[in-house]
Amino acid sequence: MILKYLLKRIAVLVPVFLFVVTVVFFMIRFAPGGPFDSEKRVSPEIMKNLQAKYHMDEPLYKQYFRYLGDLAQGDLGPSFKHANRSVNEIIFEALPVSAELGLISLTWALLIGLAAGLVASMRPNTWLDYIPMSFSLIGISLPTFVIGPVLVLVFALWNDWLPVAGWNSWQDRILPSLTLGMAYAAYISRLTRGGMMEIRSQDFMRTAKMKGLSEMQVVVRHGLKGGLLPVISYLGPALAGIITGALVTESIFHIPGLGRFFVESAVNRDYTVVMGTALLYFALIFFCNLLVDIVYAFLDPRVRYE
Amino acid sequence: MSSSITLTMEKHLATTSVAEEKGSSLWQDAFHRLKKNKLALAGAIFLLLEITIAVLTPVIAPYSFEEQNLEMTMAPMSAQHWLGTDSLGRDLLTRLMYGGRISLLVGILASLVSVFIGVLYGATAGFFGGKIDNWMMRIVDVLYALPFIFMVIILMVYFGRNFVLLFVALGATQWLTMARIVRGQVMSLKEKEFVEAARSIGVGDFKILTRHLIPNSLGPVIVYLTLTVPAVILEEAFLSFLGLGVQAPMASWGTLISSGVEAMEIAPRVLIAPAICLSLTLLSLNFLGDGLRDALDPKGARD
Repeated sequence: MILKYLLKRIAVLVPVFLFVVTVVFFMIRFAPGGPFDSEKRVSPEIMKNLQAKYHMDEPLYKQYFRYLGDLAQGDLGPSFKHANRSVNEIIFEALPVSAELGLISLTWALLIGLAAGLVASMRPNTWLDYIPMSFSLIGISLPTFVIGPVLVLVFALWNDWLPVAGWNSWQDRILPSLTLGMAYAAYISRLTRGGMMEIRSQDFMRTAKMKGLSEMQVVVRHGLKGGLLPVISYLGPALAGIITGALVTESIFHIPGLGRFFVESAVNRDYTVVMGTALLYFALIFFCNLLVDIVYAFLDPRVRYE
Repeated sequence: MSSSITLTMEKHLATTSVAEEKGSSLWQDAFHRLKKNKLALAGAIFLLLEITIAVLTPVIAPYSFEEQNLEMTMAPMSAQHWLGTDSLGRDLLTRLMYGGRISLLVGILASLVSVFIGVLYGATAGFFGGKIDNWMMRIVDVLYALPFIFMVIILMVYFGRNFVLLFVALGATQWLTMARIVRGQVMSLKEKEFVEAARSIGVGDFKILTRHLIPNSLGPVIVYLTLTVPAVILEEAFLSFLGLGVQAPMASWGTLISSGVEAMEIAPRVLIAPAICLSLTLLSLNFLGDGLRDALDPKGARD
């Protein structure tokens, strides 16, 4: 059953992906300007050679089908701006960086969010509830591009505790991942609190308490599985959000990840890099959502695959 | 924003059935309930104040928008410049006021675009039902999984940072949930007696849709509109922060935050002032949206 469901989801993906490729391809090509606009004045012959090298002299439909053909073989083409480098190479270098940033951020979000939400739900309407929940309200309403600079200001510029930017040592990981994870930690804490509060009032929780389990045991063994369902279903959007949020975070902290390549190459009109990174983003977000749906169905037998 | 929130929200909204009350109307009741919600009320008052300031900015702004005073760069807060000046000697308060105008304007215009598309799409799907509805909603499901912000970035980069394009593109990314909500509303409404009554006296499809079904689904639409505005304002600020949104000489809170980051080491206020404006606005809109939802849907009200 699950296999059939997976196949179905992936079958939908193919036309959607094709649609996205087509739209992005023609959107970029029909826009004014080109990748060689800013080159220093080059002679017409060199320009011609450049265009021939990238097949820019062919009619557009031919280029489109060439791109599709290459794509089917997993080749995203050469970069227009980074001489002698292919898009595959660039992605191969940038993706692990972005993935690391994303995973650390997600870990923060889950650690802080779950802990704060659980504490708040176990002691509702006390300061243990009010303080984390007020913080989470602030966290939700502050966008990444505000949290990031403020963290830099406090921890790197005013106090020399952490580096301002870069991506070399482990200290470099702290501020960007906190920046990116904070808003999601805030949201997850609220979802955790809500979910746990709802499950607390259920009969089986009372039974568990009555048979003499400690509060901790009741929560961990009986409460978590049901109480965390809202959090699990939020993970899909959260992952998608972390991936997009990385655009800003990577540019604030000068991290050589996918997001920076995407923005930079969009501005430079590096056609193939824009296409390649955008497509990768689409695929990533699709698979994250799929993964979350599967985990969700695994935890909640009430969900059926349609 | 995220599908889980919108899902629970749709559940709330779906139960918001039409007013079947006697005496006071649904709207009066809702207003009464809204008044009791202090956070929502505070949000509404803050927003009203902000909109008033935004409208009056050309009249009340202490300086002109682009007036540079290169002898007064990065001046601290003073009686002349309440919030000081920026790196070109422009009055920060003035820039903040003009920036707010742009941010709010983009938020409102883009949300209206999203309402327009969403209502049209959702109402069509809900009204015709069956196969048409099935296909139309399938498409919405698929589109949900696409990160539109990348499309918007590509669009902005390649077709110029044009103001109209900006809000149309942002609006076009936000209509999906609206379409779902309206569809649900129309589907349940079209089975009601008053629609049958209208039909029995010979009212045509189009008129039933525009006169009866859409006006009666306005409650949830307004609630979701209030929640779309902050989402769009945030997206615009996100783009402007990356340098891909509003273009100089125009400024929005996003561009102000972005230039504030460059100057934050010398004067944090240049970053903090627009950041506070943006955050308070987002917070107020969210409070108001939540309050409106609870007010229009007392059954779904949370603790």
